[in-house]
Amino acid sequence: MIRSVSTAAVVSAAFALTVTAGTLTTGRAADVPGVTPTEIVLGGDHPFSGPASAYGAIGKGIGVYFDYVNDHGGVYGRKIKWIDLDDGYNPPQAVQVVHQLVEQDHVFAIFDSLGTEVNTAIRPYLNQNKIPQLFVATGASKWGNDYKQYPWTIGWQPDYQAEAILYAQDILKNHPHAKIGVLYQNDDYGQDYITGLKRGLGKHADMIVKMASYETTDPNVSSQVATLKASGADTYMIFATPKFAIQGMVAAAQQSWHPTTYLNNVSNAIPYMKAAAKVGGPSAVNGIITTIYLKDPANHARYAGDPAMKQYREMMTKYLPSADQDDGNYLYGVAIAYTMVDVLKKAGKDLTREKVIDAATHLNEPNNPWAYPGVVIRTSPGFRFPITQMITAKWLASDWSPTGILVDTRSMTEAEK
Amino acid sequence: MLGPAFAVAVIAVLPWVVPSFIVFDLIYVAAYAIGILGLVILTGMNGQISLGHGAFMALGGYTVAILAHAMGWPYWAGVPLAALASGLLGVVVGLVALRLAGIYLALATYSLAIATPSFLKHYKSITGGFGGISLDQLTPPAWIPLGPQHFVYYVAWAIAGIAFLASAFVVRGRFGRALRALRDQPIAAVSFGINPYVYKTLAFAWSAVLAGVAGALFAVATAYVSPDTFSLALSITLLVGAVLGGIATFWGALVGAAIVEFLPLVAQQINNGAPGVVYGVALIVVMLFVPDGIAGGLHRIAARARRRTPEIALESGGPVSAVAVNQPTRE
Repeated sequence: MIRSVSTAAVVSAAFALTVTAGTLTTGRAADVPGVTPTEIVLGGDHPFSGPASAYGAIGKGIGVYFDYVNDHGGVYGRKIKWIDLDDGYNPPQAVQVVHQLVEQDHVFAIFDSLGTEVNTAIRPYLNQNKIPQLFVATGASKWGNDYKQYPWTIGWQPDYQAEAILYAQDILKNHPHAKIGVLYQNDDYGQDYITGLKRGLGKHADMIVKMASYETTDPNVSSQVATLKASGADTYMIFATPKFAIQGMVAAAQQSWHPTTYLNNVSNAIPYMKAAAKVGGPSAVNGIITTIYLKDPANHARYAGDPAMKQYREMMTKYLPSADQDDGNYLYGVAIAYTMVDVLKKAGKDLTREKVIDAATHLNEPNNPWAYPGVVIRTSPGFRFPITQMITAKWLASDWSPTGILVDTRSMTEAEK
Repeated sequence: MLGPAFAVAVIAVLPWVVPSFIVFDLIYVAAYAIGILGLVILTGMNGQISLGHGAFMALGGYTVAILAHAMGWPYWAGVPLAALASGLLGVVVGLVALRLAGIYLALATYSLAIATPSFLKHYKSITGGFGGISLDQLTPPAWIPLGPQHFVYYVAWAIAGIAFLASAFVVRGRFGRALRALRDQPIAAVSFGINPYVYKTLAFAWSAVLAGVAGALFAVATAYVSPDTFSLALSITLLVGAVLGGIATFWGALVGAAIVEFLPLVAQQINNGAPGVVYGVALIVVMLFVPDGIAGGLHRIAARARRRTPEIALESGGPVSAVAVNQPTRE
């Protein structure tokens, strides 16, 4: 009995201490949470651990741009404080982290939370508490479609379905008798692409002869590629995140399969293409078609004289010197942070959450320095897909060569509603 | 019974003294504690390794979610059914586990953990596939004067209390001794008339029931289930929590749960990428210096403080064999 109390006391004390060690100072909530005369507090949750941790670079890129803005006067004299926590790409962890950001750090808004499942999990809590969930980092169509129910949430990057529709249109125009094999990641993101592809093909959806999925826990995709090759497909859709996309390109070359290949834009950064070419040879990558909506920091040749790229490199060198500047995830972070600051400025000096959502849904940003030239980031209260323009590009020897013109997929996205 | 009473008092008072987001985290501590308790019984007391208890949590979580979403069942009806479903799966897995031991059992249960997200995504008409299932928040009935978050907290810890009490009841006396005997000296145990098939399968089933309840709590607290909620990492986290807390004691489940919940949050203050490294370092330190976990170590400190005979150090290391001799029959 007594022994139990001793142990219990020590253990309970240790337990309570662990708990309170997790408690940091509770900030004093301002009239508008997260806004003081000198500061705006923004909260983010990114995967810094786990299978999606490569995307943690986006959060870091955002930090770089905010540092730059703070050193140049901030927004109406307020510096942006960026609190970015790890959610491990895991919904319960994301929910806990967002609770902490809102209730302990009293953030003004949640910005660029990443992942479809993560954002689905945190969306009800944020909307119930009228906290902006701004520019979520996922292309799933629901962020633009569900706004009537969740008015505090908005996306940013082009909708995956619209991108797939562009590929479908290219196939119908240039390869009308194609037999299509699809490699896709077995999750919401991959499924969105397939939905878009089928929609884009319309009554020709039977051109898809085989679909092969993979899990993010799979070591490689060689067997899936073999299946696609064996189906007789002559057109190959790669709806995969970078690691698996590279494997998908290499496996096709190694299996002597040379179909017309379409690659989703989340995996088209030049370092990935070079990696695939290194292992699989030039045939692994030549002629691959993708879409672009941002500038690629690894494309030194194309953007040699570009002042925006110069600024990007200077900011990265100053604020995150250890980073690989060619990693497009950092540039994505910088580009989306630009939009965030743009919205904060448009919301005005007298900053409230309502005004920020209003500014975000009346966005007209033609001059984001890191968007592909010609892309205008635009929203209206009834249309919440900020980026809808993309240009197709083909891989030629060492970089992406844009083909055709910048296409606005707005009308296709409209039709989704 | 003063020890547990003290813990109950602390748990009852905590929501009024800590910030609200910590209260939210503590709900997950309750869920982890129940899940880890399952491993304490299965691995700590009965010596069967499982790297797949996330699968049982998934079954529990999805059962509650599907019953609530598709059939409108209230949570108080869904949770027991979740426990039952997981228990049944536990019996099936336990029967298979009879033929495996050590690393082979670890690998077999590991494959269960890997298969779980794919399985959940595949049967999308039932599970909602990748999008998961969104649930209603659990709100208190009008006659209970608590805010929703505090209500969920007390419900979670009440369930944890029931789980711990039920488990204490289950492993006291003959059953618990049989489990430990089968862990330490299976041949001698069998010759004493202990049927290994029955006891080992029941141990698996009971630990699965606990994991199912834990998964159900996850679903209710998050108000959302998705395949990535019950990923491979979760199964590993449960085992890590058990080892760090103390794999053979009930207190260990509680301490381990607090550690797996709060250590990553604390470690993030150092560096965003730190949690993984901190976990690894903590695990190594504990395995080297306190192999029976933190609760086990504190227990020994408390015992030594009262000038009891120091425990005998064993030549063969490893947490399970270390506690085999040193553990009293009841905690």
